[in-house]
Amino acid sequence: MRFRDSTRMILGAVLSNRGKSLLTALGIGVGIAAVTLLTSLGEGLQHYLLGQFSQFGTRIIAINPGKDITQGLGGIISSTKPLSLGDAESLRLLPGIERVVPVVQGAGAVEYGNRERKGDILGVGSDMPSAWQFRVAMGRFLPDDQSGRSRSYAVLGHTMKTELFGASNPLGQNIRIGGLRFRVIGVIEEKGQMLGFDMDDIVYIPTDKALQLFNREGLMEIDVTFGPSHSSTRIAERVTQRLLERHGEEDFTLTSQDEMLATMNKVLQILTIGVAALGGISLLVGAIGIATIMTITVGERTAEIGLLRSIGSSRRQVLILFLGEAVLMSVLGGLLGLLILTVVLSAIKLAVPGLPFALNPIYLIAAIVVSGLIGLVAGVVPARKAAQLDPVDALRTE
Amino acid sequence: MIELRQLCRDFLVGDQTVHALDHLDLNIDKGEYLSVMGPSGSGKSTLLNMLGLLDKPSAGEYLLNGTATSGLKEEQRASLRGGHIGFVFQSYHLIPRLNARENIELPLVLAGVAPKLRQPRVDELLARLDLVDRAEHIPNQLSGGQRQRVAIGRAIVMEPDLLLADEPTGNLDSKSGLEVVTLLEELNAGGITLLVVTHDENMGARARRRLHMIDGAISRDWQTDSAESKSILTAKPPTGKPLTQKTDGKAPGEF
Ligand SMILES: Nc1ncnc2c1ncn2[C@@H]1O[C@H](COP(=O)(O)OP(=O)(O)O)[C@@H](O)[C@H]1O
Ligand SMILES: [Mg+2]
Repeated sequence: MRFRDSTRMILGAVLSNRGKSLLTALGIGVGIAAVTLLTSLGEGLQHYLLGQFSQFGTRIIAINPGKDITQGLGGIISSTKPLSLGDAESLRLLPGIERVVPVVQGAGAVEYGNRERKGDILGVGSDMPSAWQFRVAMGRFLPDDQSGRSRSYAVLGHTMKTELFGASNPLGQNIRIGGLRFRVIGVIEEKGQMLGFDMDDIVYIPTDKALQLFNREGLMEIDVTFGPSHSSTRIAERVTQRLLERHGEEDFTLTSQDEMLATMNKVLQILTIGVAALGGISLLVGAIGIATIMTITVGERTAEIGLLRSIGSSRRQVLILFLGEAVLMSVLGGLLGLLILTVVLSAIKLAVPGLPFALNPIYLIAAIVVSGLIGLVAGVVPARKAAQLDPVDALRTE
Repeated sequence: MIELRQLCRDFLVGDQTVHALDHLDLNIDKGEYLSVMGPSGSGKSTLLNMLGLLDKPSAGEYLLNGTATSGLKEEQRASLRGGHIGFVFQSYHLIPRLNARENIELPLVLAGVAPKLRQPRVDELLARLDLVDRAEHIPNQLSGGQRQRVAIGRAIVMEPDLLLADEPTGNLDSKSGLEVVTLLEELNAGGITLLVVTHDENMGARARRRLHMIDGAISRDWQTDSAESKSILTAKPPTGKPLTQKTDGKAPGEF
């Protein structure tokens, strides 16, 4: 039998009962749409979150005081030494390290004239812009003053600047933070939001001043960045080694950005697969629908199968014809699914414009291939049943 | 051409064995015209299915052109059915979603004949079967006689050597029935071997050789004076050009 003739016969059989074929295809269509939609939503979320987290660069290691693993009973009452500015200075000398940023964070009122703004106050070192990949929009950043003797300079985030100064020039003006006076020397470019946190409603001051201001003994974090020719593991080893020398015990925790991103990537991938599998259930239901309809079809057309055998069809031809019907219905379902997907996506984009979607064109091709395979698997049992029929028995049924 | 030796076909119904064909012997020569009669359940349909390679004997041997059919593979049997044997059934067995032309064309399609070669053959048959203005009609839109003519067209489109008709007039009124039988006889006159199972004594009497079956065996096998029986029925004798003329000289069993 010629390929074109088989195709025409299969198409004729599927189209001869449009209602039934359409409903069967719809089952697959809904499944395909669900899987594609959920997968692209998952992937979109993954890209979005990774993008958010990697905006500080990936060659960065954060050191925080304290150890999150308690070792035995003694671990609970371990004496944690605070991370000091001296610790930060000592890391600066390690080979491979490019930038070191000691960080202290707090919140408080920032005043200018009779205006007041409550925001985040971040004590950082002069390396902050290059380490975190922040750009200065106006003026300059905090100078590299000798630790403990920093001048009272402040740099404003975009929101903070607008709230306090409006359109006027803040450079050279004096502001008050927690009763202390600071001179504004720069403004950081607008950073927008990160996971709902406004990164512009901030004022940056020297770390030693922040420690004084908040009356803190130690730093909250030290960020170090390293050169592209170094691995994060090697740098982490060196940092650990140096701090152990200074503290005598491991009372600090290292988090390297690339490891964190890798872990997060893995978690999000599993999440995406899980969500897709959920959609896969509806695909399974669609496949069962095809198998059911094909079984009914073989039952209804038993006499026709007998006739085909009597005029020269081999079992193989019968198998191919019925398998073809299952595949065709399923592929039609796949196309229907893409149609549903387009409609739903347009509706979602209208309703929630900001939703991160990553609709990969590969999915569209995959949807068709997958639906074809589903038809093949779902159709194989009924088609085999059709092929195995005894022609005499088949002809006797009416 | 056909030789059945001690052929048996048993069916197991519950724990009982039905001997549908019981040690049956039969020889049929090329070009013969046989009618098969007998009470219901005597094994007539089973005999036809056996001759048409749709069924396999429980015992005995079926030789087709000297070749034992028991040694044939399923694919070979299918290809023999398609190329050398034509079936006509009481209930037509047309495919309801295909029109007259497509139903007739079907065996050519299954055999993989090129569309260019198919069309003139089907056109010729439509004309010969007086179905030209019904070519695009689906079976539902055709009368019983027209449906059976389509079924005959389908049975002979591959130019078979053997035509097996199981009560071909059973669902037809006497006029269309006579038309159908006349058509089959014309085909036989063209050289095709014809077996017709019938319940109608007048139809049965038209054949040159008659078989009577009882309980899976042939109880009577005799030649008739066809000229005499036909004059009684005042039917017109076979005329017109033969429908079936084998050109490739192939016979069943040759492949
Ligand atoms: N598939 C089958 N299963 C069981 N018994 C069958 C089957 N086919 C035929 N028979 C039996 O075989 C006998 C002959 O049947 P059949 O050849 O159809 O008779 P006829 O065509 O002469 O009426 C009957 O008794 C029938 O019941
Ligand atoms: Mg019968």
